[in-house]
Amino acid sequence: MPAESHAAAAIHAHQFEDAEQQRDAVTLGMWAFLLTEVLFFGGLFTAYTIYRWSFPAAFALSSHHLDVLLGGVNTVILIGSSLTMALAVHAAQVGGRGVVGYLLLTMLLGSAFLGIKAVEYDHKFAERLIPGASFLMRDESRPAHLDPAGDAVVAAGIASADPGVEADLQHHAQIFFSLYFAMTGMHALHMVVGLGLLAWLVLAARRGRFSPAYSTPVEIVGLYWHFVDIVWIFLFPLLYLIDRHA
Amino acid sequence: MSDRTPATHYLNVSYGIRSWLFTRDHKRIALLYLASVTLMFLVGGSFAAMVRLELLTPAGDLFQADTYNKIFTLHGIVMVFFFLIPGIPAVLGNFLVPMMIGAKDLAFPRLNLLSWYLFNLGALFTLFNIVIGGVDTGWTFYTPYSTTWTTTNIVPVALGIFVTGFSSILTGLNFIVTIHKMRAPGLTWFRLPLFIWAHYATSVIIMLGTPVLAITIVLLALERVFHLGFFDPALGGDPVLFQHFFWFYSHPAVYIMILPAMGVISEIVTCFSRKRIYGYPFVAASSLAIALLGFLVWGHHMFVSSQSVFAGLVFSVLSFLVAIPSAVKVFNWTATLYKGSISFETPMLYVFGFLGLFTIGGLTGLMLACLGIDVHVHDTYFIVAHFHYIMVGGTVMGYLGGLHFWWPKISGRLYPEGWGRLSALIIFVGFNLTFFPQFILGYLGMPRRYHAYPEEFQVLNVMSTAGASILGVGYLIPLVYLVWCMRDGKVASSNPFGATGLEWQTPAPPPTENFPSPPRVTEEAYAYDKIPIPGGGAYAG
Amino acid sequence: MRPDLPLFPVQGSAEAGQVDLLFLATVGLSLFFALLVSSLLLAFAIKYRRRPTDKPPAPIQGSHALEIAWMVVPLILAMATFVWGADVYFRLNRPPDDTMTVNVVGKRWMWKLQHPSGRREINELHVPVGTPVRLNMTSEDVIHSFFVPAFRVKADALPGRYTTVWFKATRPGRYHLFCAEYCGTQHSGMIGWVEAMEPEAFQAWLAGGPAEVSMAAAGERLFNDLGCVACHNPNSGARGPRLDRLYGSQVKLASGEGLIADEAYLRESILYPAAKVTAGYQPVMPTFRGLVNEEGVLELIEYLKSRVAGQAGEPAPELRPAAPPPERKPQP
Repeated sequence: MPAESHAAAAIHAHQFEDAEQQRDAVTLGMWAFLLTEVLFFGGLFTAYTIYRWSFPAAFALSSHHLDVLLGGVNTVILIGSSLTMALAVHAAQVGGRGVVGYLLLTMLLGSAFLGIKAVEYDHKFAERLIPGASFLMRDESRPAHLDPAGDAVVAAGIASADPGVEADLQHHAQIFFSLYFAMTGMHALHMVVGLGLLAWLVLAARRGRFSPAYSTPVEIVGLYWHFVDIVWIFLFPLLYLIDRHA
Repeated sequence: MSDRTPATHYLNVSYGIRSWLFTRDHKRIALLYLASVTLMFLVGGSFAAMVRLELLTPAGDLFQADTYNKIFTLHGIVMVFFFLIPGIPAVLGNFLVPMMIGAKDLAFPRLNLLSWYLFNLGALFTLFNIVIGGVDTGWTFYTPYSTTWTTTNIVPVALGIFVTGFSSILTGLNFIVTIHKMRAPGLTWFRLPLFIWAHYATSVIIMLGTPVLAITIVLLALERVFHLGFFDPALGGDPVLFQHFFWFYSHPAVYIMILPAMGVISEIVTCFSRKRIYGYPFVAASSLAIALLGFLVWGHHMFVSSQSVFAGLVFSVLSFLVAIPSAVKVFNWTATLYKGSISFETPMLYVFGFLGLFTIGGLTGLMLACLGIDVHVHDTYFIVAHFHYIMVGGTVMGYLGGLHFWWPKISGRLYPEGWGRLSALIIFVGFNLTFFPQFILGYLGMPRRYHAYPEEFQVLNVMSTAGASILGVGYLIPLVYLVWCMRDGKVASSNPFGATGLEWQTPAPPPTENFPSPPRVTEEAYAYDKIPIPGGGAYAG
Repeated sequence: MRPDLPLFPVQGSAEAGQVDLLFLATVGLSLFFALLVSSLLLAFAIKYRRRPTDKPPAPIQGSHALEIAWMVVPLILAMATFVWGADVYFRLNRPPDDTMTVNVVGKRWMWKLQHPSGRREINELHVPVGTPVRLNMTSEDVIHSFFVPAFRVKADALPGRYTTVWFKATRPGRYHLFCAEYCGTQHSGMIGWVEAMEPEAFQAWLAGGPAEVSMAAAGERLFNDLGCVACHNPNSGARGPRLDRLYGSQVKLASGEGLIADEAYLRESILYPAAKVTAGYQPVMPTFRGLVNEEGVLELIEYLKSRVAGQAGEPAPELRPAAPPPERKPQP
């Protein structure tokens, strides 16, 4: 179907009176949905806050086991993808030609994010930092040393000679990593959904569905994408940057 | 508006299972929900019958202890998550919200259908869990019992509740957007029926609260599977933190259960006293006040759980405050009857029942907000009685009243009035006999979730079980005649009760698109002074 | 009242009467409002029932004055009830100064109690009439709740921490004890009795029974067996703070905070020693988790309480949270 006829027609679903009502409703719907997502992630952030307040040392030590470089690169990538998303939205709104291109670029950056995330998860698996039976967090900054009571040699990598203290540290570190995987995992899941939405938009855009008269789907997917980006912007410092001042 | 049944309406516009399973019509989806929710009500009700049967005798001699524990747990889970929370919004709300505001459908019909499928998926997980042995943690899943000690399968149920939570969120989202954006011309906020205000407030609670339940369940499941230590003190976790997370949703959840019923009451009490609602802005605002304050009181479930005295004080005073808007509603409904012209068809009988029972439930709630009393009666049958007065005496009465009131619109048929009144009476009597003795049992000290109990509590328990059997009969009768009358009942006119409201301006049953073009609204809600009183015997069902 | 149809619980304690008064007052208030609403409903239903000659009633929008009135009046009553309830609650939560402590450990599915004298009980608690009794409770597994209806008291027993409930029996008698927090299979079997006895009878009962070492003496034995004295001794340069007179004293932590050394602090210091390190000391104390069970911890605490009196075995003064004792610095 030629793009012009779509640009001219004010299409809307049958339950709406006109295109404007549809646009208003769909936009409000997306904002309302994002509100529920705030509450959803908010629960995880609350759990994080409570446990970080309870176990600051374990959380700091655990955070240092995350790769700041990869996390930082991912942050830049995701912010970049928000930029390309915004450009895609703008292009759709003014009827410019870049919609498909910007959407594809956003997908590329989003996929790169997920790829780097997969690499990070793989590293965690290799380092035995997946919560569960074989979890073991080592403190590489500690060489073998005498324990403060002077009674025994503590092997390298173990934080404390006291088995009780060490066990606690491992437990609390597991809590950190559970939250790490739960939060970044939830976030990644949302990114995957986002990629699906973007793919759908690409297909629709190629068929010429979007125009200045009808760009709502691109706008609301844009809202969703920016939200997912914002969640990461909170996740990154909270998870990766605890006590990282040089 | 022709009073004859239209030739084509939403029920017969298309036939076949696919036209139902893939429908986008909010009215058909409402009926699909009616079927699912009724099935779950029967499942939950069967568990209730088993509980009451066991409690006929002081000894735990009908079921093994573990089995009994699963029975009361599943009664709670099924009734709360699969009947009370979805019930009125998914059945009556779905059917009526678009019609009451003059719209053709909800904002997102496909999301509406998705929410029904999600509900069924969640129900399926739960039913699957029941078949493979059930859960025995109580519907409250307190840790560390649920994370570490129970040997039952928590994960399928957790999944079921998680998925059903999304069903709930989608319904709430649909209602909020629809009410904001799709009102007919002239239908300003303060002309809306109070049913709409009630569902709007309910939807706000759903949107804000349910995601927190979702996360709580995720954390619970993770802890159970991976032994992480969020909530298990043996691993450094905090069991009381679970309680905070759980009740942060589950207290507002009870307002999700009662607010829609309150909306129903406003619609019925006005119609059957032929009067505008007394104090419309106050009733409307009270729904929002309940929604808001309801998020601030969750700690009143934890007065003896080692919460600090200070926290107890804060939650207590807020819990007293949240009762005030409910009281405002009861007073306004009562005042609506003043100088009215009152008739006593079945829906109105349910309203009277609601007003009496909800008042008792609400007043006992004030007793529970009172710290000195709650220490004694917490975790006893006093609590059980209190919440059943609200949820059964309140919500279920509202649900049944609403089903009867709108049945002619939904089905195009009249329910049999004699049977309707009889079952309303049976339910009222059965209900009180079941639950009033439980107040006494609770203050005497009979704890809840007890499989066996001291002998001196038997007489009151027998009374309660006797009441439950009457109550069960009362519920079965409408099940039979509502289904029967869909095919064989008298044909209804489009507005047999002479009610105001846009939904009554359509034929019965309505066409798929509800209104050929959006109606224009110029009146306040409940303008009963402007229309004639239906003639004697107008409702000839 | 026929014996097999009780309608109101017996009052076994001083506070029970207070709770009942509050309860009956709220019942009265509720009855008043319930009757008010239902009689109005009934009156209106009768007076304004539909008659064939009825015309559509004139609209009555409402009255702001009435709305305010029926918001303000219930609000005042609610706040009054809140204050009264809070007052009773304070009493239920504030044991008086001269309580007798009994240590309680809940486990699936029994209550294990131990008096300081060493006498143990399972699912039964003997107490003297007229003496306030304070229960120091914990759980070995899941959350339980210690509930004595006759005393109108209840508190959860949690794993990993101590909770408290107190009462003063006023009449000799045998009163139900229930677990009130669902805890699994035999939750309804986790029940027993509180036996309130005249003081002389109670002393006789306490002295009778199998010969038991007092909790403090048992605690002292544990203290030695576990090697605590290696660090907690009066020598200069000792690695741990001195423990005589520790219980009930003000402690300054390495973090700068101060606290009173109560039972919870002592338990935490034994099981999670790194959590609160005393100022001036290194965090070198090993944990004793796995080496001592909850009952052992309670015995150690009783021993430490006895050290305050200066001699092992002497009953320790009860903790007075309201009036902190004069500041005592730990010995370096």
